[in-house]
Amino acid sequence: MTTIAHNGNGVVNAMAPTIPVSPTSMVNAVTALQHSTAVGSQPSDSQLVEFFHQMQLIRRFEERAAEQYTRRRIGGFLHLYVGEEAVAAGTINRLRSDDYIVTHYRDHGHALARGLDPHAVMAELFGRATGVSRGKGGSMHLYDAARHFLGGYAIVAGHLPIACGLGMACQAEGNGRLCLCIFGDGAVNEGEFHEALNLASLWKLPVVFLCENNLYGMGTALAAASATSELYKFAEAYHIPGARCDGMDVKDCYRGMGDALEHVRSGAGPYFLEAMTYRFRGHSMADPELYRSKEEVAQWRKKDPIVTLREDLIGRGVISEQHAQQIERQVEDEVESAVEFAEQSPNPDPRELFTDIYAESSRSHVARHSRSAVGETTHAEANA
Amino acid sequence: MTMNLLTREEVEPAGADVAADAAFAPADAIEMTVRDAIALALREELTADEHVFLMGEDIGAYGGSYVVTKGFFDEFGEARVRDTPIAESVIVGSAIGAAMGGLKPIVELMTINFSLLAIDQIVNHAAKILYMSGGQVNVPIVLRMVTGGGSQLGAQHSQNLEAWYARVPGLKVVCPATPYDALGMMRNAIQEANPYIFVEHSLLYRNKGLVPKAYYTVPAGKSVVRRRGKDVTLVGYLRSAHLNLEAADILAKDGIEAEVIDLRSLRPLDLEPVIASVQQTNRVVVSEDAWLTGGFSSEISCQVQERAFDYLDAPVQRVNGADVPAPYSRELEELAYPSTEDIVRAARAVL
Repeated sequence: MTTIAHNGNGVVNAMAPTIPVSPTSMVNAVTALQHSTAVGSQPSDSQLVEFFHQMQLIRRFEERAAEQYTRRRIGGFLHLYVGEEAVAAGTINRLRSDDYIVTHYRDHGHALARGLDPHAVMAELFGRATGVSRGKGGSMHLYDAARHFLGGYAIVAGHLPIACGLGMACQAEGNGRLCLCIFGDGAVNEGEFHEALNLASLWKLPVVFLCENNLYGMGTALAAASATSELYKFAEAYHIPGARCDGMDVKDCYRGMGDALEHVRSGAGPYFLEAMTYRFRGHSMADPELYRSKEEVAQWRKKDPIVTLREDLIGRGVISEQHAQQIERQVEDEVESAVEFAEQSPNPDPRELFTDIYAESSRSHVARHSRSAVGETTHAEANA
Repeated sequence: MTMNLLTREEVEPAGADVAADAAFAPADAIEMTVRDAIALALREELTADEHVFLMGEDIGAYGGSYVVTKGFFDEFGEARVRDTPIAESVIVGSAIGAAMGGLKPIVELMTINFSLLAIDQIVNHAAKILYMSGGQVNVPIVLRMVTGGGSQLGAQHSQNLEAWYARVPGLKVVCPATPYDALGMMRNAIQEANPYIFVEHSLLYRNKGLVPKAYYTVPAGKSVVRRRGKDVTLVGYLRSAHLNLEAADILAKDGIEAEVIDLRSLRPLDLEPVIASVQQTNRVVVSEDAWLTGGFSSEISCQVQERAFDYLDAPVQRVNGADVPAPYSRELEELAYPSTEDIVRAARAVL
């Protein structure tokens, strides 16, 4: 992981080596990143086994979703997270259960890492009444308010301002709660990205900005879209500490997130973490992938975060080959069960078309107080 | 163009304004301006509910560019009267997030022209989140914005864009034209759990009227009959609601009794009083300051003919602003917005 030192005056110093811009050279550069061995920065072996299970779940969930898409049981756009699983597992599992998450439209992996029920997530992709958003959101708009998972958003960078506001709500509570805001490299060229970073820093909002840099904004390479390839350096301009981590390595994501959380929970304001990652499949199911070579994809697949973690766990004797296979079988059953659940679930009632457009009650979570009559107010003519 | 009608201190009798929906004796009322009424509602809610806060450009130390929040900064402090960067998208977006997190933000966007920099947050986010989340997450925010021309502010500061927002399911769009409505509608908007576009017309801030001392609210989606008449129905909102009343006075001198209806709210839209009126008068004129093409007057005209075609004795007349970018020159600008005379002429045309 490449780190940026925060000198305490709101100024950050980049100590990162210049990383080559091209996606193929990037794969080697990411491999060469030095990994910290600081005490407490690494997940325990039992956590790693859980991460393996979770990453495998995300991988198989996505593969089965793709299969259901080709069978036309899933409609619309389907953006798969295959290849990026380490980022979700390494970061989201470090959050408190009351922390907020807002994310982009490639959101299945984040939802599953947050503990959303795979059955209900798959049912959402199927557009069924039992889906996490009751069939009204779809793949790109997964929500689970009980887990403070407040949505996938499909306007690039549109949710970054919203993360600031959730940060304001957390700040008002003053108990260390924060908001994790996940976005892709495509978001950094939007005005809303810059407006959000500025406000978050200005008001010291408790927000972790997690950039999943998979090197392509849809089919446009980062180098063709952004004036800088080191996206964490945008944070420097806003006096936000920034760092990079290896998004293909769950341990490094975990450690990078640890640094981010330590900073933000201390009340020092936002933090910017850039995870270098790669999606193994197209932007969406509709993507013929004309913009990148098979060789490039093959090279990144050698860094498959699940294969790497599996080899590490077995190699160090944490789990046996048999145990790994047992987990994989268990995941297979879980995903099969999710698909069956989605298939058997009812469609939304037609009457649902016209519900949830407006909230019907007043803000019931806020106690209403008696109000003074107009005549008792002395300020009424203040601006006359 | 009759701008002086709207900027003068005394407009039509305030009691008549509200007689149709809340009769009260002048002894139980207090006179104030639209500006005061909005400020009063904000002050009440800030006092009553610690979750409420204001945010926007220059609302704090400066006092608000339309002086609505003058004194608030000292009274409530910078945490609850938050000056923001000039960054409309993150102003609205962070308000949405704060609302999702349990707070109640009231945003001032200065003018509706600037709201276009936040239209992604307003249309793509605030209006959609409750639906996309399957009813799990609502967005209780109030977005205050000033609409309208007439002050020689040129093409980028003089637009009437409220009807754009009124097209969007998930938003509520209210357009109070009197102090009574400004106070009652702001109270209601703040207490409701939905995203509100609260439209204020720059030329109406100084209008005075009576409001009852007793507490009341005005819900969105209830039109009001401002004046009874049997010959022709005049429909409008914001500035045109006032022009219609003056037009009715002029028509009355010729023995023509116009019924005047103030929509007050574009979404939800309450056309029941309009349909009922048209069934009596058989003639209707719809007026608004906004551009003619694709205007809200078109929507009303269409609904009237759909719902009361057999009652119409003449085509529905629209009186709108000219389809031009607002000019700077006073002489040209006066030609760009409807006048009382335009409405009188349209009314005579359908009689």
